[in-house]
Amino acid sequence: MSLSPLQLCLLFSSALFCVGLIGALSRSNSILVLLGIELMLNAANINFIAFWRFGPAPAAGTGVVFVLFSIAVAAAEAAVGLALVIAVYRHQKNIRLQEANRLKG
Amino acid sequence: MTLAFLAIAFVTVATAAVAMSLRNLIHSALLLVFNWAGIAAFYLWAGAEFVGFSQLMVYVGAVSMVVLFAVLLTQHSPESFREQPDSIGRVVGALLVGGGVLGVLFGAVLSSKLATSAAAVAPTISVKELGNLLMGPHVAAVLIVGVILTVTLIGAVIIASTDRADTGKDES
Repeated sequence: MSLSPLQLCLLFSSALFCVGLIGALSRSNSILVLLGIELMLNAANINFIAFWRFGPAPAAGTGVVFVLFSIAVAAAEAAVGLALVIAVYRHQKNIRLQEANRLKG
Repeated sequence: MTLAFLAIAFVTVATAAVAMSLRNLIHSALLLVFNWAGIAAFYLWAGAEFVGFSQLMVYVGAVSMVVLFAVLLTQHSPESFREQPDSIGRVVGALLVGGGVLGVLFGAVLSSKLATSAAAVAPTISVKELGNLLMGPHVAAVLIVGVILTVTLIGAVIIASTDRADTGKDES
């Protein structure tokens, strides 16, 4: 069985997505959870580029344009997320997710 | 061609996995810079030069600096860079869920017939075509992204800046 380049790219992005998922679920430091979410976003962008490069209709540059917007929104998300981490740190003096439970009923 | 792709994929996934498993936050953040650079190399390999350099500027240049600043601003002693180990149940649960998702994704990718392009020639997109696309059919999205970036960056500054009651107490 030989894999096509498109399948190789999809396997690559799946592996990266799962590494990000495991990191976001297993770590208790909120900065590392945010970085895991960034990894998952990047894996999704890799899929867009892979389908643009090897897909059946490559003439339209929609994949490239979508990745550009996705990068812009991901950068905004990272800035807001890290600002929230700093705000949480100011209130409870650490950034462990287990201790951010003030709203727990 | 394929060898270059395999090298890029190996470096990217390996740096991501090591960064997610390290105890030291600074080391994780610096390793993720290599991961993002590897993803930019993949974009260059696939022929999307503009996206590759955007990834390089936004992630390797900007997001990594923001992450490093956040790491440094949220530590109160040098020992706290080494965080306490996570609970073993959490780690095992995350590995189970992640492995399950990985298996499902791999099975789906390997078993599905994907339509690939008939033409062997790789698609190219010049910066001029990209600019015409962005300013023509996608101009509304460009404007909305501009508004989103402005609002989120101002909001991030407001969230992260010290509130007035605290500064007043410090000065008095």
